[in-house]
Amino acid sequence: MLELKGIQKSMGGQAVLRGVNLKIGSAEKVVVIGRSGCGKSVMLRIIMGLLTPEAGEVFFEGTRLTGLSEEAWNPYRKKIGMLFQGAALFDSLSVFDNLAFPLREHGEKNEDVLREKVTEALKIVSLSGTEEKMPAELSGGMKKRAALARAIICRPALMLYDEPTTGLDPIVADSINRLILHLGKMLGMASIVVTHDMTSARMVGDRIAYLHEGKIYFQGTPEQVDKCEDPLVRDFVRGHAEGIDVVG
Amino acid sequence: MGQVMYLLGKLGTLFTDSCRTAGGVFLLLGDTLRSMFRYRLRWDQMLEQMYFIGIRSQVVVLTTGAFTGAVFAAQVWFQFKRFGMESAIGPTVSIAMCRELGPVLCCLLLAGRVGAAMAAELSSMKITEQVDALRALGVYPVEYLIVPRFLALVISAPILTALALVTGIGVGYFVAVKIFGVDGAYYWDNTIKFTDRKDVMIALIKSFIFAVIIASIACHKGMNCPPGTAGVGKTTTEAVVNASLALLIVNFFLTVLLNALLYSN
Repeated sequence: MLELKGIQKSMGGQAVLRGVNLKIGSAEKVVVIGRSGCGKSVMLRIIMGLLTPEAGEVFFEGTRLTGLSEEAWNPYRKKIGMLFQGAALFDSLSVFDNLAFPLREHGEKNEDVLREKVTEALKIVSLSGTEEKMPAELSGGMKKRAALARAIICRPALMLYDEPTTGLDPIVADSINRLILHLGKMLGMASIVVTHDMTSARMVGDRIAYLHEGKIYFQGTPEQVDKCEDPLVRDFVRGHAEGIDVVG
Repeated sequence: MGQVMYLLGKLGTLFTDSCRTAGGVFLLLGDTLRSMFRYRLRWDQMLEQMYFIGIRSQVVVLTTGAFTGAVFAAQVWFQFKRFGMESAIGPTVSIAMCRELGPVLCCLLLAGRVGAAMAAELSSMKITEQVDALRALGVYPVEYLIVPRFLALVISAPILTALALVTGIGVGYFVAVKIFGVDGAYYWDNTIKFTDRKDVMIALIKSFIFAVIIASIACHKGMNCPPGTAGVGKTTTEAVVNASLALLIVNFFLTVLLNALLYSN
């Protein structure tokens, strides 16, 4: 479904991605882990066409997306949904208008159809009854769920999650993880989840890829990652800070 | 020698940064003009912006126009009275309001009020990933966010300037005639006789071009906001300062150009 070939990207003069190769099959759930600043979110933004790689190619359903113009990108963006780290709900619009936004942009004018689809999407993420609320009135977890509802309302084939559980308490984080699994099953979507949260990674991933120094350093099933004896992977998975200087 | 080289380096950096920013502003302006014809116009967004820019700015623009006209009429009366030229106060106030005071002061206020709001709103959307979310949902941000703001400002600014002119000239009349006792008939007669249609055209052309400058700079700053909340404050300040300075500098060249074009005979 999606293939990244030799993706390279620098940010602020510093090489962040140095040749990322990754393949994702239909309905597969891949979790990308790695230390802060290693380029996980940059990789998602390149897949979504929000950033342009300096080298390498992105293929989606056999089509080369790299180098497409903004207009040519848009049909593919309908097939790829993205949940942003900070939810990125439009704060001047109500929850209803946020969810109806992509549908309206894709030409749906019938208010009854819009209401029906928004109600259904909110029900899936357990946010029924919040249609008229503004994003500022929602908690962090509710914002993420509303943003997730907006991202899936057009039934994408691939869903990108940028740190979906960051900043949420463990109970809410668990509910988001369950939601990711539920949506994957219900809609048959492939998913790429970028996270630091190993509980989340083990729970939602069919495969876990460890991004290190701009490349996929290791990938395998959650069990293989847990049993991996490579010191870099082991320290990250177990949360050990050995070898890192602590001043104070 | 080392300090001179350091200073030269700093000046060079400042120059290249300024060129880069100016290039970015022109590219955004070109993209905005292209998007106007390439995508459907979002009337609801544009009308909402026109309400904010046009209607909500009226009080500040009318107050500025009124007191500028009043102060200018009073100053001119104090000077012209010494030479017995009170009858020339009307055209002096009217021409000064049309050619310089009206468009420049009105647009400086718009740079402060509207330019700051545009830069702050866009930069807040940028740092909270809302601009990226728009793109991810298949909407081009220039078309959705910038075109309505740009059009609303370039339509509203000449109308607001015209209102400021009418108010300034009207209040100037009131001050000169009702307070300082200048003959009202002479005042109006000379005002109409010496104020040319071209003077009003200069006001409207200037305010249109100033609006293009304010919208382009404010939107460019907003869309290129550095991350973090401090970036929003910095961006907003820079948008107002840069737009105001650009407006004042361009005003000089416009004055020379428009006089050469309209009054060449």
